Amino acid sequence: MSLTILSKQAFQDFVARILADYRVAGPTSKDGGYIFEEIHDPAELCMDYPTTLLPPKKFLLPTREVLFKYTRQNGGVLKDAPEPPPTVILGVHTCDLHAIQLLDTVFCSGHFDIHYMNRRKKTLIVSIECLNPCDEHSFCKSMGTLTADEGYDLHLTDLGDRYAVDVGTQAGEQLISKYATTKAADKEDIQLLNAVISAKWPKFPYRLDFDVSELPSILELSMKSSLWQELGDRCLACAACTNVCPTCFCFDVKDEVELNLVDGQRVRMWDSCQLDEFATVAGGHNFRASRALRQRHRFMRKGKYILDAHKHLGCVGCGRCARACLVDITPVGVFNELYRQQEAGS
Amino acid sequence: MVAIASYPQTKVYPNTEQDIYLPYFAEIVDIRPMTALEKVFTIELPKGMSLGHRPGQFMEVSVFGIGEAPISISSSPSRSNGTFELCVRKVGDVTTALHNLKPGDKVGLRGPFGRGFPYENFRGKDILFVPGGLGLAPLRSLINQVLDERAHYGRVIILYGARNPGELLFKDELKAWGERDDVELHVTVDRGDETWTGNVGVVTTLFKHISIYPRNTVGITCGPPVMYRFVLMEFFGKGISEGNIYLSLERRMKCGVGKCGHCQINNVYACQSGPVFSYREIKGLEEAL
Repeated sequence: MSLTILSKQAFQDFVARILADYRVAGPTSKDGGYIFEEIHDPAELCMDYPTTLLPPKKFLLPTREVLFKYTRQNGGVLKDAPEPPPTVILGVHTCDLHAIQLLDTVFCSGHFDIHYMNRRKKTLIVSIECLNPCDEHSFCKSMGTLTADEGYDLHLTDLGDRYAVDVGTQAGEQLISKYATTKAADKEDIQLLNAVISAKWPKFPYRLDFDVSELPSILELSMKSSLWQELGDRCLACAACTNVCPTCFCFDVKDEVELNLVDGQRVRMWDSCQLDEFATVAGGHNFRASRALRQRHRFMRKGKYILDAHKHLGCVGCGRCARACLVDITPVGVFNELYRQQEAGS
Repeated sequence: MVAIASYPQTKVYPNTEQDIYLPYFAEIVDIRPMTALEKVFTIELPKGMSLGHRPGQFMEVSVFGIGEAPISISSSPSRSNGTFELCVRKVGDVTTALHNLKPGDKVGLRGPFGRGFPYENFRGKDILFVPGGLGLAPLRSLINQVLDERAHYGRVIILYGARNPGELLFKDELKAWGERDDVELHVTVDRGDETWTGNVGVVTTLFKHISIYPRNTVGITCGPPVMYRFVLMEFFGKGISEGNIYLSLERRMKCGVGKCGHCQINNVYACQSGPVFSYREIKGLEEAL
């Protein structure tokens, strides 16, 4: 870690300067809430935001993207997708930072996904330390995502009239030295930073009734829990939970045809394991036909399957699914109930 | 600047230009109608290309403008000479579009994907094949591979069931297999018709016709989802061990490369770890059967 100081005015200037060379995205206010959005003016940013409706994932894995274009003329020709623009994402909270690290692992290992990788390679992440809990649904402290020691290029901590900037990578170092006017952190800055960080930790509650390291084994022993049927009876299969999730990466692929019926494009879009047709094959057989089994699959993914496969938990405790759910299915509620059932049973 | 510790190197991403989602074009050189619903397509690979597949693997087949679907390879590696075969049932959008194509038309291809049958491990053993319906399509690849290197294997027993005589696939090959001394073929249909003189009943009713030495027998099955647990009971009833039972499972393999999520069986991506599994590998998976 190396530390430097950026005044709030210098931060505005920094954003104004990178806007000339980068697509810049960050938290902005909209209809009483907050979203990640491409900005064109530093004044649009709301760096002190509780949470956003959608995570910044959409800049790395867009809701909809063209994989390639095709034409059926001359025996058929395929054309690659256009190059993504260099991008800076500002104001990423540490929960979302952990989620991006999972996405990096998924798409940049095994069979490499160059569509994701090409965007990721051109994306710089400027994260920001959360100093207050966003609301009653977040449980980042329980999931170990209230802080992050990697995954960012620059990391900001709000010290009132200035930011402490932690440089995470060489790319971050180059960005800040080229576009920002900084000053070295002095003794007073570091004392203030320590005081701010020390004051923040007690404000965040633990919401899980057990240590997160127990989550995979709790889930493994919960395959036959009666809770899944209760969730299935309530679930509307609307897929809001997976649509707002920073770690969900499942997708569908479809062809779109131009009106000339000769040209077209293959498009990838977000999909959801909560939808009825997700595991349905041609001919109509559905391998996960009930909402109960689909809810079980979702929570198993979040707390166990993804961890087993990718060494990162599939849930970062951001609470977005809990906020989005119309029938109050929450990960904190589910995980704690499974723990309670096991304690009662043993 | 206060240097507390040196920051990590900028993250290095794997350097690749290869797009795993980009198909290549290949030409359909022959189409053989098989039943009212199934056709066999012979596809010629671009010059110099070899599919290099293993029986049990599948291809992602594109009809541009309609989409892409996973289809098991029906021909054996032993008979692939720059071409391969797909036996396709007209059941969804892509397969219906495939059925409307003519020889000379092109399709998009990705693959082969997945884990096929470890047939080298079956050498020296008796093999009991139990295909049901369209399940013969992937198993035909393995059956012909085994028959083309027949001396390496013990007995070859095939128990094949279809719903009615009109739905029997590869009838000419069934006839040829039935005429061989070194293949024991039993065929049944769920419902016969006025011309049918053979067995009537579901495929599991054929097990009573055979006796085997289970210690040296590999049991292999593929068919509609409902079939597996009944065939497994027959395998166990004959004394075949869990590790010697192989199943090819159908799932919605959309991407073929372990990303899109549709083919998951609990935590297992069928497109990567399957579609061929030994029973021992999947017996702990709630969602497998």
